Amino acid sequence: MSIEQANGNRIMRTDEMVRAEQIVKHFGRLTVLDGVDLSVKRGHVVVVIGPSGSGKTTLLRCINHLEKIDSGRIYIDGQLVGYREVKGRLVEDKEAAIARMRSQVGFVFQRFNLFPHLTALENVTEAPIHVLHQPREEVKERAMALLTKVGLAEKADAYPHKLSGGQQQRVAIARALAMNPKLMLFDEATSALDPELVGEVLKVMRQLAEEGMTMVVVTHEMGFARDVADHVIFMDKAVIVEQGTPEQVFDHCENERTRAFLGMIR
Amino acid sequence: MFRWDIFLHFLYQDPNLFFLQAAWTTLWISVIAQACGVIIGLFLALMRMSRFPLLTWPARAYIWFFRGSPLLVQVLLLYNGLPRLIQNPAFLLPDWACVLVAFSLNEGAYMSEITRAGITSVDAGQMEAAKSLGMRFPLAMRRIVLPQAARVIVPPLGNEFNNMLKTTSIASVIGLNELTHTTSLLGSPTFTVFELLVLATLYYLFLTTIWGYIQNWIEKRLDPDRLTKTDLSEKKGWTERMLGFGSRTRGGTLVSGR
Repeated sequence: MSIEQANGNRIMRTDEMVRAEQIVKHFGRLTVLDGVDLSVKRGHVVVVIGPSGSGKTTLLRCINHLEKIDSGRIYIDGQLVGYREVKGRLVEDKEAAIARMRSQVGFVFQRFNLFPHLTALENVTEAPIHVLHQPREEVKERAMALLTKVGLAEKADAYPHKLSGGQQQRVAIARALAMNPKLMLFDEATSALDPELVGEVLKVMRQLAEEGMTMVVVTHEMGFARDVADHVIFMDKAVIVEQGTPEQVFDHCENERTRAFLGMIR
Repeated sequence: MFRWDIFLHFLYQDPNLFFLQAAWTTLWISVIAQACGVIIGLFLALMRMSRFPLLTWPARAYIWFFRGSPLLVQVLLLYNGLPRLIQNPAFLLPDWACVLVAFSLNEGAYMSEITRAGITSVDAGQMEAAKSLGMRFPLAMRRIVLPQAARVIVPPLGNEFNNMLKTTSIASVIGLNELTHTTSLLGSPTFTVFELLVLATLYYLFLTTIWGYIQNWIEKRLDPDRLTKTDLSEKKGWTERMLGFGSRTRGGTLVSGR
């Protein structure tokens, strides 16, 4: 571990892509995250499972600061997320700094959230052109390559409402990848899909994992978790109940709640 | 007895083109006031939706005032009030500017509510998706949210502009030569106000009708479905659509497949 000085902030270069320490998050009186720790190694796939309302989606949204946290710290690639340390206290970062961090982290939503007024291709090129100010032609070429990769080259000029859910989600993944993210976050990316469309999206996610992308995946797809995950985390009632390799969690789980959950979804 | 000679004279024989000029005044006042109203409305809407009370409260007060008092009174307030507040006549607004300012400020209040409704109608996930891609608020608004809000904003905006074309008649009270004032100006000396009112009405109808077509065109352009919709309307005549038969017999009942 080396320590560098950059922009006055201490940056630690580690093999850790994401590190979360003691995250606490309340929605009003409800505690959704109660002291959650998380560590994601570079190139690893961490899958978060658990019943609805357990806080897994909120944890994911905290990682790219779509939700503020009430206490704790989150680091991406050694850099504090969403906050600056001023005299030992945390102050929320400026919008520009948060935006810069987000531009390096891909986020895939449960409801796709494609831009309906833009074609599939324009959805993919929008951010690289207007956020990163990359040359239009170059971005277009790369976007076509990405659409080809997710199997949708022939749909480049289609508007989102002409695409099936699975196709929309694959465009959304291509849109996130166009920013060349160093980390991808998937928030129940297949939960809103018809059963027969789940496979095509999972296939793309598998392929990404094989290419070495660092991923945090919140999902109910246990098969995917078992096959692809390097590390599985089971959350329930705002805390991490159990974690480990897929074998440890799925086959040799020690906790009663984990067993009950896995028994239910099998 | 309708004085056709007067009516026809001002319709197409008038060498001074009084009515054409009046119509032009009505038009440019409307266009500029509406454009300013849209811009003021956008900023008011953003202020009202902000989380800072320092922005929301002035916006609320503004909307409360301009929607709560008559436009006619606002025009007169500005027209009569300014000379009292500003003693130096060099700094006074010309009549047309008084009208323009009052109309713009008033329209801004109405447009802000329309714009707010438009922005609220866009799914919150759109702003989140934009942010997750590294966009900052102004860029996300401009590129992602407002283009979608526009589809909701344009129909009532068209209504507002249609209204604006007619509301300019209020400017006649301070003697601006738009259509209504020109009518009484030219009609009073010869007791032919009625004839000229009919003419002015025709001009108003002409302007609002043209606008109706323009509005239709804009709405079609904003619809991402437009290609399929025009396809459909090309294939089906109105009789076919409304009454179930048509000049071209295809599919359906008239041509049997066997």
